[in-house]
Amino acid sequence: MATPKEMLTTWDKVQFGAVLPAFEDPEHKVRSKFHSYNYSVADWRVEKPVFNRELCIDCDFCWVSCPDSCFIVEEVENKRGKKQAKIVGINYNLCKGCGVCVDVCPTPIKSLLMFPEYIDNEEALKQWPKKD
Amino acid sequence: MKKITNLKEFACTPDRFQGGHRLCPGCAHSMIVREVVNATDDDLVISTATGCLEVCSAIYPYTSWDVSWIHIGFENAAAAISGAEAMYKALSRKNKLYNEDRRVKFVAFGGDGGTYDIGFQSLSGAAERGHDFLYVCLDNENYANTGGQRSSATPIGAHTSTTPRGRVSYGEKQKKKDLTMIMAAHGCPYVATAIPSTKHWKDLATKAAKAISTVGPTFINALSPCTTEWKFKPEETTEIADLAVETCAFPLYEIEDGHKLTITYRPKQKIPIEEYLGRQGRFAHLFKPENKWIIEEWQKNVDEYWDYLQRREEAGV
Ligand SMILES: Cc1ncc(C[n+]2csc(CCOP(=O)(O)OP(=O)(O)O)c2C)c(N)n1
Ligand code: SF4
Ligand code: SF4
Ligand code: SF4
Ligand SMILES: [Mg+2]
Repeated sequence: MATPKEMLTTWDKVQFGAVLPAFEDPEHKVRSKFHSYNYSVADWRVEKPVFNRELCIDCDFCWVSCPDSCFIVEEVENKRGKKQAKIVGINYNLCKGCGVCVDVCPTPIKSLLMFPEYIDNEEALKQWPKKD
Repeated sequence: MKKITNLKEFACTPDRFQGGHRLCPGCAHSMIVREVVNATDDDLVISTATGCLEVCSAIYPYTSWDVSWIHIGFENAAAAISGAEAMYKALSRKNKLYNEDRRVKFVAFGGDGGTYDIGFQSLSGAAERGHDFLYVCLDNENYANTGGQRSSATPIGAHTSTTPRGRVSYGEKQKKKDLTMIMAAHGCPYVATAIPSTKHWKDLATKAAKAISTVGPTFINALSPCTTEWKFKPEETTEIADLAVETCAFPLYEIEDGHKLTITYRPKQKIPIEEYLGRQGRFAHLFKPENKWIIEEWQKNVDEYWDYLQRREEAGV
């Protein structure tokens, strides 16, 4: 029987009732170059969200509400051995700068803030508001 | 049914709807879609009616979907998914399934134009025939993709490009059609309302998981605040959705077996409807003295509907 990749090469290989994954290489989850994941909408942005790992409590509010699936998570285990998502960064190719993530971030000093696109992330972290 | 526990665990789900699509910054459609497709670990076959979601997630040659996905017409997302589901059942009966070991679920997405209006006949037919699928309406209360015309989901007083405000017009004249109740009246085993929001993420994810695992036609009406046509700042999307719930403009509830109604969230104190209307440019004109009666009308409608839901829940019928 044809593999998903073979099935995508010519129409006559497609099997009725098959469910095709969107990956060029399903095993390694490599998305094709025609997946929008590999497209960039970065130039839509004038401001970007900057992420401050120090302040983040991993509530994952930003992950669930980002309309552009930008938040990169790492699966970790908590003290009780339960799996949980740790936010490790933002995919700036996919981010349109809408600001939703900053709006929903609940930490007293926000762990996400908007900065002009031209400011370096390291510089932004230096400018972060401090507790008084 | 996938167990939806806490957000930390839910966020480990590998996204099956990816970014790089061309929906507006802050668009609620993708927030809803992400939660729905992440609410199951089964394979998915999805049909999408023409509208913002379909157009923006499938710009040639790109796709944003990590699931089997079909774009069909504006009016027949439910017919397309019925056909796919019927074929799948037939192949299963004949032992001819390709991926026998995998479970496949069928989901359709449509905008309010594609659901309340033009796609209503195909949705009604699919529900009546009893196919096993979930239909999600992304209700942004207008035909957003073609420039914001009114639909039968547009609420009274809203400015749209076909119900413009002006010297003689105060915007939309009719009340919003109650599609959720109409779908319940089809006898669907499960229908529900939902919103995209951090406060109610679990409400939406649980409802989606429940609907997907229920056998038979199920329906979720998800309010989808549209930054472009409702005229609010993109970062406010989830705030506006929360206000819709806190004012009871869009109450969260579910109906099982066509009749058993449960309110899934009860605001501690219902806040005045002005708080919701005042945050959206499409209602700005309602705050002029001559239009004050429309706000009163709005409040009256909201109060009556909320009372009705509570009485129905209490009666348990
Ligand atoms: C039969 C038909 N009529 C009209 C159109 C043009 N059209 C494309 S999208 C759209 C509006 C979609 O509105 P809605 O379903 O509410 O989705 P939204 O864009 O708001 O998400 C219209 C009128 C079409 N594609 N097909
Ligand atoms: S600004 Fe918007 S698109 Fe960018 S990461 Fe935040 S929520 Fe996502
Ligand atoms: S919303 Fe803020 S605190 Fe919560 S995970 Fe995101 S960055 Fe961290
Ligand atoms: S017009 Fe509205 S529904 Fe359409 S992409 Fe923009 S925000 Fe989303
Ligand atoms: Mg619409």
